[in-house]
Amino acid sequence: METQTAGPATAAKVRRATTESPLVRWALIATGMLFIALVLVLPLISVFMEALSGGFATFFQAVGNADTWQAVRLTLLVAAIAVPLNVVFGLAAAWAVAKFDFRGKSLLVTLIDLPFSVSPVISGLIYVLLYGANGWFGPALKELDIKIIFNVTGLVLATVFVTFPFVARELIPLMQEQGRDEEEAAISLGASGWRTFWYVTLPNVAWGLLYGVLLCNARAMGEFGAVSVVSGHIRGLTNTMPLHVEILYNEYDFVGAFAVASLLAGLAIVTLVAKSLLEWRYGDRLAGGRKH
Amino acid sequence: MANRLNRLVCGGAFAIGLFAGVSAARADTTLLNVSYDPTREFYKAINEGFAAKWKAETGEDVTIEQSHGGSGKQARAVIDGLEADVVTLALAYDIDAIAQNSDLIDKDWQKRLPHNSSPYTSTIVFLVRKGNPKNIKDWPDLLKEDIQVITPNPKTSGGARWNYLAAWAYALQQSGGDEAKAKQFVGNLYSRVPVLDTGARGSTTTFAQRGLGDVLLTWENEAHLAVKQLGADKIEIVVPSASILAEPPVALVDSNVDDHETRKVAEAYLEYLYSPEAQEIAAKNFYRPTDQAVATKYKSQFPEIPLVTIADTFGGWQEAQKKHFADGGIFDQIYRPGQ
Amino acid sequence: MTALATSLSGGFKRPSVLPGFGLTLGFAVAYLSIIVLLPLSALVLRPATLGISGFLGVLMDSRVLAALRLSFGAAFIAAVVNAFFGLIVAWVLVRYDFPFKRIVDALVDLPFALPTAVAGISLATIYAPNGWVGSLFKPLGIEIAFTPLGVLVALIFIGLPFVVRSLQPVLQDLDKEVEEAAVSLGASRWQTFRLVILPAILPALLTGFALAFARAVGEYGSVIFIAGNMPLVSEIAPLLIVIKLEQFDYAGAAAIGVIMLAASFLILLLINLVQRWSRRHEEH
Repeated sequence: METQTAGPATAAKVRRATTESPLVRWALIATGMLFIALVLVLPLISVFMEALSGGFATFFQAVGNADTWQAVRLTLLVAAIAVPLNVVFGLAAAWAVAKFDFRGKSLLVTLIDLPFSVSPVISGLIYVLLYGANGWFGPALKELDIKIIFNVTGLVLATVFVTFPFVARELIPLMQEQGRDEEEAAISLGASGWRTFWYVTLPNVAWGLLYGVLLCNARAMGEFGAVSVVSGHIRGLTNTMPLHVEILYNEYDFVGAFAVASLLAGLAIVTLVAKSLLEWRYGDRLAGGRKH
Repeated sequence: MANRLNRLVCGGAFAIGLFAGVSAARADTTLLNVSYDPTREFYKAINEGFAAKWKAETGEDVTIEQSHGGSGKQARAVIDGLEADVVTLALAYDIDAIAQNSDLIDKDWQKRLPHNSSPYTSTIVFLVRKGNPKNIKDWPDLLKEDIQVITPNPKTSGGARWNYLAAWAYALQQSGGDEAKAKQFVGNLYSRVPVLDTGARGSTTTFAQRGLGDVLLTWENEAHLAVKQLGADKIEIVVPSASILAEPPVALVDSNVDDHETRKVAEAYLEYLYSPEAQEIAAKNFYRPTDQAVATKYKSQFPEIPLVTIADTFGGWQEAQKKHFADGGIFDQIYRPGQ
Repeated sequence: MTALATSLSGGFKRPSVLPGFGLTLGFAVAYLSIIVLLPLSALVLRPATLGISGFLGVLMDSRVLAALRLSFGAAFIAAVVNAFFGLIVAWVLVRYDFPFKRIVDALVDLPFALPTAVAGISLATIYAPNGWVGSLFKPLGIEIAFTPLGVLVALIFIGLPFVVRSLQPVLQDLDKEVEEAAVSLGASRWQTFRLVILPAILPALLTGFALAFARAVGEYGSVIFIAGNMPLVSEIAPLLIVIKLEQFDYAGAAAIGVIMLAASFLILLLINLVQRWSRRHEEH
């Protein structure tokens, strides 16, 4: 890092001058950490404190409840359908956007980002406007006896919408960074498109893909606003975990609510740990994709 | 290429199949009761009682599924296609809304069952902190200096509308029918509300758990439940000198029971609510029974106070809604905290 | 395959030897249309039943205006707060070494992973007048939960990672030689930061700011638990959509939704422009 031409004295001066005095340094660290503590750490701790406020027995009783397990199963099912769908989309979109130049690319990327900033309430509302009994397709669906909203299908659709950009957003910058030289070489050596994708592209983006899947999955399991609009709240049938938290909370079962919440918070922590491990081991490869 | 497309199509078909498979799972005799927030514990007991009775009478198994939420939100869900067999909501207006905004329920639904289709009733009472430190006894006490009142938003909560109308009816009576005075009274009352939750349950949490406000306006049954759940050492009930007769109605959702071929069992379910057995369950859950014998038995539990009805004082829910709660109505006029 | 791609793309694509353009773009666009565009068009077309004057009538209502002002205003302030503290956090994480750094780094993503309802409940618990933090502020006469301040706290929570994660890679890649050059030319540390570092990270900071802002404008789950939800004071626009829905006013709800949707689309477009501008800036 040091400038080759400078003498040792100047170099030391420069080094000193390109960082801050210890006082400023520690003041900045303290400010940053206090902010993190107030905004992030305290809420996380409080979830676990409240969950265990009745002792472990009450906690396990709340977690072992049949309705809770139903909610867990439903949440897993919804995520298991929504995440793979978005992975396929993310790969296709990233391939098209990163490997080719075409008109309207900016617009396409912006549209992919759109669900990210759409209010969760609107994400639920749009499916009601489409598939509700008074929506565009409502009467037709009734004829065919297909239920979409107030059903698992509706939960999946709302979840797919909310988690739509996660994988694509992770992959597009990563694949853009890597360019198309390797793929072009593989093709010119006679490999088929599918083989090229499978043996050249996929290994290059595997860790970025996993990273996107993790975030997508966490959001899919934790979504509240959108699924709340399309769920119907039938106990034991269409309640996902976040909705179950709200129900328990409304039943004055605060320990139960926080117990289920702590499961979700635990999931968040597992996600973060997995993500950090990925970053730590494959930091360089992920660097291109570290924009949310 | 064709092969790849095939695979894609297969994947899509598989996903759709998954959805369809899940949605087709519905047992033979299942009823869906779409209800409002404070009735969870009550209907849990009712459902057990009815299932046992139905089994004894017909030999059939029946499962009753429950959905709870804010009354207006639940009504909207039914309009949008939530396939309720019966609705048991907080106020007639919400069931009227279903009848008006869809062809699911007969327009004359309220005449089909006794007591305006309300098998049980309730009223609005006060919940205060233990020992009643601010000495709140009646409606005028709510307007005393430094009193903060907790009540939900009448635009979103059925219970909140009963609260509002109870206060209005009291003020109207006190002033000998002077609407301007009533408007002033209720306006003054709402200027003391620091938090306007979207539902009755949210308000109870705000009052009891977060420690906000001096008095909570709430359903009588909800107040008893809160004392039971949250501790008699923290809060106590105050019954004002007069209140409103809150009638939470029930109705059959005609189109849905015909589709599901559950009309018979759904009708039996609603009639069961009027039986002495169910009336006892209602009384035990602090709803006022309509059955005279049961009401007499639980007399001590429900203080006798003059209760005005929505039909006499407000000319029914349609009138009340239009005048007070619609956009630009009296509530919008009096509730202007930002100005 | 190539034939299909060429026939699909016509003249709007630059030629490439790589296959799969038609298939992947076709699939991406089809999926995007079904999942995003079709439902959103249902939202956009719904208020058409109101007519222009009805649409404007909904938006000019004082309560709707107040809610929009709060949602956009609080989101803006939250994004400013996040831009400031997010810059400090990102700087500290990239430039300094201190205990638990890796854990703090991982924690920054918590708001992405923690369900918003859980965040809302726990924030309300902490910042209520009888909560851990709320009780500290109460003697000062400051109430956080159930006031517009509460809205702000929730929005800061959900927006923080956007700023930090946008800044981190850019700070990491920042060329130290430029800083050294500035110093050897006699610039003070503050001058170096202001004149050399800040301009370099400005696009990333703006991107993070805009993302945090866009996400905060529409936030619902975490806010309603802590906001107090008082009309004209602490009622956010998404809640008003829910309220309109509960009054069976679908067109009114959709009208507010359209305005918010238009705003988020503009913000995202702006971000893409900023990014493209900065990329071009770098190349020259």
